[in-house]
Amino acid sequence: MIALCGDMYIYLPIAEVSVNAFVLLGLGGLVGVLSGMFGVGGGFLMTPLLFFIGIPPAVAVATEANQIVASSFSGFLAHVKRRNVDFKMGGVLLIGGLIGAGVGVFIFNYLKGLGQVDLLVKLCYVVFLGIVGSLMFTESLQALRKSKDAVPSKSRKKRTWVHALPLKVRFRVSGLYISAIPPVLIGILVGILAAIMGVGGGFVMVPAMIYLLGMPTKVVVGTSLFQIIFVTAFTTMLHATTNYTVDMVLAVLLLVGGVIGAQFGTMFGAKLKAEQLRILLAIMVLFVCAKLGFDLIVQPSELFSLGVAGGH
Amino acid sequence: MRNIYAFVVIAMLSWIGHASAQDIVLGLSKQEIGITAFFDGSEILVFGALKHQSEESSEGDLDVVVTIASPRTPVTVRRKDKRFGIWVNVDALEVDLAPSFYAVATTRPFEQAVSEASDLWHQISVRQLIRAVSGPLAIENPEEFTEALVRVRESDGLYQTLSGAVTLQDQTLFSTSVSLPANLVEGTYTARIFLMRDGDVISQHQTAIDVRKVGIERWLYNLAHQRPVVYGLLSLAIAIFAGWAAAAVFRAVRG
Repeated sequence: MIALCGDMYIYLPIAEVSVNAFVLLGLGGLVGVLSGMFGVGGGFLMTPLLFFIGIPPAVAVATEANQIVASSFSGFLAHVKRRNVDFKMGGVLLIGGLIGAGVGVFIFNYLKGLGQVDLLVKLCYVVFLGIVGSLMFTESLQALRKSKDAVPSKSRKKRTWVHALPLKVRFRVSGLYISAIPPVLIGILVGILAAIMGVGGGFVMVPAMIYLLGMPTKVVVGTSLFQIIFVTAFTTMLHATTNYTVDMVLAVLLLVGGVIGAQFGTMFGAKLKAEQLRILLAIMVLFVCAKLGFDLIVQPSELFSLGVAGGH
Repeated sequence: MRNIYAFVVIAMLSWIGHASAQDIVLGLSKQEIGITAFFDGSEILVFGALKHQSEESSEGDLDVVVTIASPRTPVTVRRKDKRFGIWVNVDALEVDLAPSFYAVATTRPFEQAVSEASDLWHQISVRQLIRAVSGPLAIENPEEFTEALVRVRESDGLYQTLSGAVTLQDQTLFSTSVSLPANLVEGTYTARIFLMRDGDVISQHQTAIDVRKVGIERWLYNLAHQRPVVYGLLSLAIAIFAGWAAAAVFRAVRG
């Protein structure tokens, strides 16, 4: 191979494959730019990209959880500085998140034994990216149209079924007095997704917190990051101790790229309007969804695949 | 080039001595391969000389066949089929023992160098080496699965058939080189050398090549498997530190 920009191959000790270190740094950087721009963890992009470059899915999912700990901790610190974190709400979401992560890893390991884990991960991606992408796309298109006409005056204080449930708790930072049940349920869902899909779940949690719980947008990102740190840390530990699939070398390479990319991303992001950012993010989410969905429907060129016998 | 090989062979023979099997004297360019952090495959040179006991048996075609095999492990082969509009794994077959890497190099094309009988007996080709078959008895055509295993690994460069890759000089000195891919799995690999006459094995010799992760690769792998809790916590500590450092640098840059 011609060494144009230099090939530096690194042997990943857990994945047991050799990959070009610059490809990993570049992937980390690319996803870092996007996460800096859009305020998402980027796991939903990184994990499929890792599949594409030949990292075994089990290793990709577990290692990505570890990388998200770093990127979300970095973002969380910035939000703590600005007092944009509702720790009480974060704690309630976290209770659900830890339960969900445990359930998720259990499902993951069960299906791994059956040889269906790839399918499960990909189906989860197609379904959730499809739902979130199309919701975000239509919502931000409407917002763009409205912002041309007049200043939107959306009242968040609508009373929904969320307000009729028992076990009410006061969340001062969010200015809410609602039942603890919906946040716990959201936490469980996000925890399951985190374990199965190798994502932080911000792309599901952020819309849920805004539209279902009615939290102010200002505290949503910081609070979701707070919850994501602990859920992904817990997921990392579960994968590390039950599957031995966390690859530290892979995680570090992705981290370095991601950290640098996120700085540039934040700079680009500051130059765009919120609605424009959301539309771009929605298009990207839908694109990844379409690519994964297409691969499931089209007949693969090789119908047979190899796996380690017996699983774990 | 051949002269260089011949020179190397003669030089190596002087220290290898004559401790090996009767008819083949064998050398390897390396007996150990260390998988380091920057490992990107390895080339292994197999060379040696044939000692002719007597002149009477010099009729017929001489061939040298060299095989290099990784340790054998069970593999599950899964087949996809269309269910509800999407492609899903439907059947699985567990192949009892299959090497993750296998190379066979011959002087002449494989079919000419190795007779079917000796392939069957000595398991020289990878198809003979792979032993099916456990798993559900409902599967009608297990050969389709073992064939797929060979096909997938051949396209990944893990199973290689190198026809004509062994050079044999003056019916005495032979040499070949096999390139091992970067995604090598560790273990004790086996190199076998067969001396064939008219497709039948007249002598064989076997030696081991150790493939081991070394340095930080070894350390991380052992830690991950022997002390998973420590490994997990260490991974998290690195992540938290990197996240904190990123935020700190970012603040400093922004002022």
